[in-house]
Amino acid sequence: MDLAVILSILDATIRLSTPLLLACLAGLYSERAGIFDIGLEGKMLAAAFAAGAVAAISGSAWLGLMAGMAVSLATTLLQGAAAITLKGNQLIAGVAINMLAAGMTTFLGQTWFSQGGRTPALSEGGRFAPITLPFANELAGVPILGPIYSELISGHYLLVYIAFIMVAVTAFVLYRTRFGLRLRAVGENPKAVDTAGISVVKQRYQAIIITGLLCGLAGAYFSIAQGSGFGNNMTAGKGYIALAALIFAKWKPVPAMFTCLLFGFLDALQIRLQNFELPVIGVVPVQAIQALPYVLTVVLLAGFIGKAVGPKAGGVPYTKER
Amino acid sequence: MNTQRPETAAVTAPANGWAIELEKINKRFGAVHANKDIDLKIARGTIHGIVGENGAGKSTLMSILYGFYTADSGTIRVNGAEASIADSRQALALGIGMVHQHFMLVDNFSVLENIVLGAEDSGFLKPSLSRARKELDRLEEEYALEVDPDAIIEDISVGQQQRVEILKALYRGAETLILDEPTGVLTPKEADDLFRVLETLRAQGKTVILITHKLREIMAITDNVSVMRQGQMVATVKTQETSPEELAELMVGRRVLLRVDKTAASPGKTLLEVQNLVVADDMGVTRVKDVSFAIRAGEIVGIAGVSGNGQSELLESITGMRDQKSGTVVLNGKPLSLEGDDGAARARQAGLAHVPEDRQRMGLVTTFQEWENAILGYHDKPDYGSGAFLDIAAAKKAAADQVKLFDVRPANINLKSSLFSGGNQQKIVLAREMEQDPDVLVIGQPTRGVDIGAIEFIHNEIIKMRDEGKAILLVSVELDEIRSLADRILVMFDGVIVGEADPATATEGELGLMMAGINKTAPRTIGIAEQGPLP
Repeated sequence: MDLAVILSILDATIRLSTPLLLACLAGLYSERAGIFDIGLEGKMLAAAFAAGAVAAISGSAWLGLMAGMAVSLATTLLQGAAAITLKGNQLIAGVAINMLAAGMTTFLGQTWFSQGGRTPALSEGGRFAPITLPFANELAGVPILGPIYSELISGHYLLVYIAFIMVAVTAFVLYRTRFGLRLRAVGENPKAVDTAGISVVKQRYQAIIITGLLCGLAGAYFSIAQGSGFGNNMTAGKGYIALAALIFAKWKPVPAMFTCLLFGFLDALQIRLQNFELPVIGVVPVQAIQALPYVLTVVLLAGFIGKAVGPKAGGVPYTKER
Repeated sequence: MNTQRPETAAVTAPANGWAIELEKINKRFGAVHANKDIDLKIARGTIHGIVGENGAGKSTLMSILYGFYTADSGTIRVNGAEASIADSRQALALGIGMVHQHFMLVDNFSVLENIVLGAEDSGFLKPSLSRARKELDRLEEEYALEVDPDAIIEDISVGQQQRVEILKALYRGAETLILDEPTGVLTPKEADDLFRVLETLRAQGKTVILITHKLREIMAITDNVSVMRQGQMVATVKTQETSPEELAELMVGRRVLLRVDKTAASPGKTLLEVQNLVVADDMGVTRVKDVSFAIRAGEIVGIAGVSGNGQSELLESITGMRDQKSGTVVLNGKPLSLEGDDGAARARQAGLAHVPEDRQRMGLVTTFQEWENAILGYHDKPDYGSGAFLDIAAAKKAAADQVKLFDVRPANINLKSSLFSGGNQQKIVLAREMEQDPDVLVIGQPTRGVDIGAIEFIHNEIIKMRDEGKAILLVSVELDEIRSLADRILVMFDGVIVGEADPATATEGELGLMMAGINKTAPRTIGIAEQGPLP
């Protein structure tokens, strides 16, 4: 393989990792605060649809992005009301969100646009264009480093850069701020937080608001950056893979980034391997290749992770006991 | 003596004024009236004890003072000024700090992070942490409370965790410190250290409220003591003017025998023999290291030790709940095969009954009705059915007999087991195991969380069993309990039996030293002494 092929696989890795990373960080805020979030998938899907629909109607990618974030936030708050205020089962609240999103997006898409649940293809201004970083074209001629800068680092959508910046921001917030200290504490021992005079409920809502906004970014990425319009079940289980990545990364931001890059890489490789003729075996069926990242996810989670101990109070609604 | 002793006028206007005054505090939880018209005054600069049985309302009252609950009615005055305490933050602002029975610490945070949590100076942590570090240095020096600020909570001892809790309260400017059952988890040495700290606090003018059920501690350290019973404040007296017997009577509402009445043991043949037992815990760490001992018919052998020194693993291994790495357990002359998932069942069949340490987790299925628990573990016996079918009538009859014999209240075998009080749940387990007429009875923590009245009953049943010629192995973290029940005491430290003591002659100090692994008295020590320098 030459440099160009490697670069193109790595380039695809970054593009495919981005929604995973955004969703993974979204889940990190929620789960670190003690709320299991299996509803990442549904929130992304709802956001993807809202972003695609609004961008198609208004012709503005920015309005689409804002709509995606707003819908994701509203969905998160619904899930939060069930899981925090009403002390419902967090798993079921998340599953409900996933089913709601899957059904509603298709139904509303068909009702509004009559294209089988899809939103209309976006015009030029309706989706985000790749950003060319300064001097990318000028430096492209420099051997090795030039192509790496101009093809791998430059030329991505805005949301890609936001995702990777959010890793550093999250690490800082989590470990260096009052908010982060309380967030971590509320997921480990909410009673300690309560007796310290901090509202557990408020802290948990603050956490899931961030989750909602980040899921909104992840969802919008599918329909108005990577894609051009919303398609049925467009997120294709990426929310679950993000959750797996979060567990694999032991709920830590920087490992989360590397895990998402690994999963993104597997996905990129999968695309590359389609129709690729292997020695002896010949052409492997597309379906088998497509299943590869998912199979590897299971293998990685089962085999290599060791004992993943999540936030101790995760999954348990907080009740002041007698 | 009249148990309805009126509140004495012994505590009159102190020199330093009142730190806390509670008047006509009422709190209900549904049908339960947890606090009824409570009046309580606590003088500034004193250590004030509050005693009472489980469920007497002590913790509820303190939770009201700390703002964890709000009283239904009543007045709270702090330093003479009326205060409404809606949450913990307001309590802290009024200078009231609390050290909870179960520590309110985040296990994977450092000491410093725990101290700062909720009392941060600004949005960024760095300035808060460095100020806390300086302040901690000062507090540690002032109150002689050493602890490493960078240690992670789960790595330090329970005694040190408690210090962190005290430092947390002091860092927030607490003038009044409430301690809820602070010595339950401590070694005697750690408890002594704690009492020294409390005395220092008092000397510095702080007020301490000590909630405990250990009357000895009340007598040793408090200035005044209040007694609660069934949600009411029954008396407040000066500690100097009362006695443990009087306090016990006030708590229970009738005369209680604090000392167990028993005759000298007359041991017969050896019934249980443990030889060179080695047991590992779930993480694979060896917790029981080559332990050997024997118990004869008609004697009670007590294993003393600070919790976590291998006693639990020892119990679980002897009773077939945990596989042993090596060693043998001989019951009535025959080696017991305890390996595998049905080890516990085989042990029971062979005549070894087990009252586990944690009755709710291992002794009972708390969602079962009483009669179902009354045959649990013996449900395969032909008495209670044949083949796949239970003989429910026979099981219920056995349950009814047990309930009657052990005075379980309420005497309703169809009631869900979780609805019984701790003492009655323990009676259910004891009744089940004792009624099978085993040769050997292994009991872990027989009276943990059990009221004084029920403790007396349980102790008497254990003695009765001994007098019937059974061999009894008793493990308890309550040193007093072991000293009053056991005929021989084995002290366990770090997985090794470090010594044997005669309860009639051994002092608490000697036992305490052995429990801490410092053994000067017993020459037959194995393990610890070998590690010391040669003379």
